[in-house]
Amino acid sequence: MSAITGKAVGVETIGMTMRFGAFTALGDVSIKMPAGSFHALLGENGAGKSTLVKCMMGFYRPTGGEILVDGREVAIASPRDASALGLGMVYQHFTLVPSLTGAENLVISRETVPGVIDWRKERGDLAVFMDRMPFKLPLDVKVAELAAGEKQKLEIIKQLYLGRSFLVLDEPTSVLTPGEAQEVLGLVRAMTKAGDLTVLMISHKFHEVTAFADDVSLLRKGRLTGTGRVADLDRKVMAAMMIGDQPIAALDSRAAPRADAETVLKIRSLKAPDRTGLKSIRIEDLGVRSGEIVGIAGISGNGQKEFLEVLAGQRPRDAGDVMVRGTAYAATRAEARALNVRLIPEEPLKNACAPKMTVAENISFRTFDIDSNGKPVSWISAGTIKSFSARLVEQFKVKTASLSSPIASLSGGNVQRAVLARELTGEVDLLIVSNPCFGLDFSAVAEIRARIMKARNAGAAVLLMSEDLDELLELSDRIFVMSDGVLVYETPIAQASVQTIGEHMAGHH
Amino acid sequence: MGATDIGLWGVPLAILGGAIRVSTPFIFVSLGEAITERSGRINLGLEGTLVFGAMTAYAVAVMTGSPWLGLLAAAAAGLCFGLFHGWICKFPKVNDIAIGIALMLFGSGLAFFFGKPFIKPKAPNLPAIAFGAWSDIPQVQAALDVNVLFLIGAALSLVLWWAFRNTRAGLIVRVVGDSSDAARAMGLNPNTVRLVATGVGGALAGIGGAYLSLYYPGSWTERISSGQGLMAVALVIFARWNPLGCFAAALLFGGAGALGPALQSVGVTQGYYLFYAAPYILTLIIMIATSSPTRSLTGAPGELSITK
Repeated sequence: MSAITGKAVGVETIGMTMRFGAFTALGDVSIKMPAGSFHALLGENGAGKSTLVKCMMGFYRPTGGEILVDGREVAIASPRDASALGLGMVYQHFTLVPSLTGAENLVISRETVPGVIDWRKERGDLAVFMDRMPFKLPLDVKVAELAAGEKQKLEIIKQLYLGRSFLVLDEPTSVLTPGEAQEVLGLVRAMTKAGDLTVLMISHKFHEVTAFADDVSLLRKGRLTGTGRVADLDRKVMAAMMIGDQPIAALDSRAAPRADAETVLKIRSLKAPDRTGLKSIRIEDLGVRSGEIVGIAGISGNGQKEFLEVLAGQRPRDAGDVMVRGTAYAATRAEARALNVRLIPEEPLKNACAPKMTVAENISFRTFDIDSNGKPVSWISAGTIKSFSARLVEQFKVKTASLSSPIASLSGGNVQRAVLARELTGEVDLLIVSNPCFGLDFSAVAEIRARIMKARNAGAAVLLMSEDLDELLELSDRIFVMSDGVLVYETPIAQASVQTIGEHMAGHH
Repeated sequence: MGATDIGLWGVPLAILGGAIRVSTPFIFVSLGEAITERSGRINLGLEGTLVFGAMTAYAVAVMTGSPWLGLLAAAAAGLCFGLFHGWICKFPKVNDIAIGIALMLFGSGLAFFFGKPFIKPKAPNLPAIAFGAWSDIPQVQAALDVNVLFLIGAALSLVLWWAFRNTRAGLIVRVVGDSSDAARAMGLNPNTVRLVATGVGGALAGIGGAYLSLYYPGSWTERISSGQGLMAVALVIFARWNPLGCFAAALLFGGAGALGPALQSVGVTQGYYLFYAAPYILTLIIMIATSSPTRSLTGAPGELSITK
């Protein structure tokens, strides 16, 4: 049970088709993944990637097509059938139970667990198993206390522990540092080379695909638009196959910062408790000038979230000053309005929207109670809200069935567009952004980044916190690294190196 | 007052005896609630279950003459209440807290309705073990007269504490309580697990009720529970969902509850009734001291609707 079978299986889909009513989510997709290969699957959100893997894993019954495992046709009617054949999946969102330890998570996920667990024996077995694993992990720690990279490794280890020899990895590196991503993918790559594992990796990142995958398949609108050896395809060709001919928003070129630019945001000796209340975050000195983007890199859980919450007024601070244009700023609505401070928090549906209220109401949160001269109104006009939000929806290309749909019914990209529309309209002196593109597709990402750059060029001071280093390198003028609640490293973009930043993120300095 | 005057020593002794005597229903209800909450659901109806259990136990004991049959009947009645709660809560958009409050009122009302004829007759009591027989001081004997249910409760809290880490059932309850998604990914049905956990929780609360009517205070009246079922729910949070913590918290609570009567017994005549409020004040103080606006409760099951 708890052994690597030592033999990868080859999997092939032939003419996979999945229709939901009249909508074809997947049309005639045939992909061959020989045993021991590392196959990448690229495509935009809604291109059919997850439909394809859900068909393979038995979550969906495909409308047509067949699956071959090691050359034999198999029927996969449920996830149980898939796992019996050695097919497993590592989800983008972790499926580990946070309050259980790693060992408890592994043991309870087995198909047969004895009524009373003999921990001495299980620990012995696990130690033997871990000896043969490429990753080293503490198994006696609660999963909640593990770093994201460790959780990801544990997810993969769990699949191997369950005896799976074909793994689907769904964007496995989206929460990892570049160093961790290299390590995890490198180790997985080594296992495929040794013939222990076959991997199908869903990814958005071309550089990972070119560095680790043998073969690649690209999906667009449910169709296979290309497949082949990675070595034979260059990025441009892959991008064209993935997004077709639709135009991608181009990033404005960076306007040169003015030498006399005013420091809009100034933070001195800020101290605030973190989520556990046991540690605190300390920002000694940070200034963001008008017309620049200051990026803050860091592995999730190193205090960026708390820092943002302090700036957003969601978390009390113990000490220190936050000054916006020389005025003390405590994130009240009046101050935010007077000083033109705008906020785009992560997970916008949860942190920046009232999910069940309409798109129009959500877009008007900043302005519904003032008239065109900025004076408070006593009677709120539904008409004004409608026309205001209709204009913004048009301008920011928010795709919504109607202005009165609840905002929760929109896709992630469109929720983010609606929030951007609200936050970037009017004068913006300070823009605070956190992980704006998490989980969004290619074209939405390009557009949102272009909007942020545009705001910068228009003179806003932008503080950008992101776990995506590529995003920071693309947008920032300066990059800080936050580790363990403290800003530990600063570099101007011209001298930024992924290597050095990654090392500081991991706390190796 | 006993024949021997032991002065102020009577106070700690009475508190000890009170802790043992009063805490037993708290132990059972809070252990039951701990199981339910660990599975990710709250059953506030345990107060009603407790009262109904007390009535059932008393009625069956009167009719059969056996307190043990009464106890079994109370557990079975509690099981039904728990399963009913669990069954209703499996429907989408049903709020477990609202259902709990409804069941609390329903359980009490039903108990009053069926319990009317049993207010008068006398039922046989559950047996106690005289651990104080070595002493000839009546206060010591009274304090160490320990009911078997207390001992069972103590053992049960140890067993549960062990079972949450060392048995398949324990781990499954924790998985379901912490993440429904992870549970489903493992092929577990969270609703079934919660149904069973709520049922078991109800059965334990029924046993707690049996203790009330069959040992201390030892008769069936409509005012038999002064909110013990509700306080026990608070105890679970205070104990951070740990069965051993539940046991300790129940003891502490029982001891605090005995403070008023103990002071009265040594002749404090002024203001002793204030100490009747000691358990509630104690709970408030501890809750305030151990909570924080910026930090979530440690050990809280992730699926619990009050901590989500």
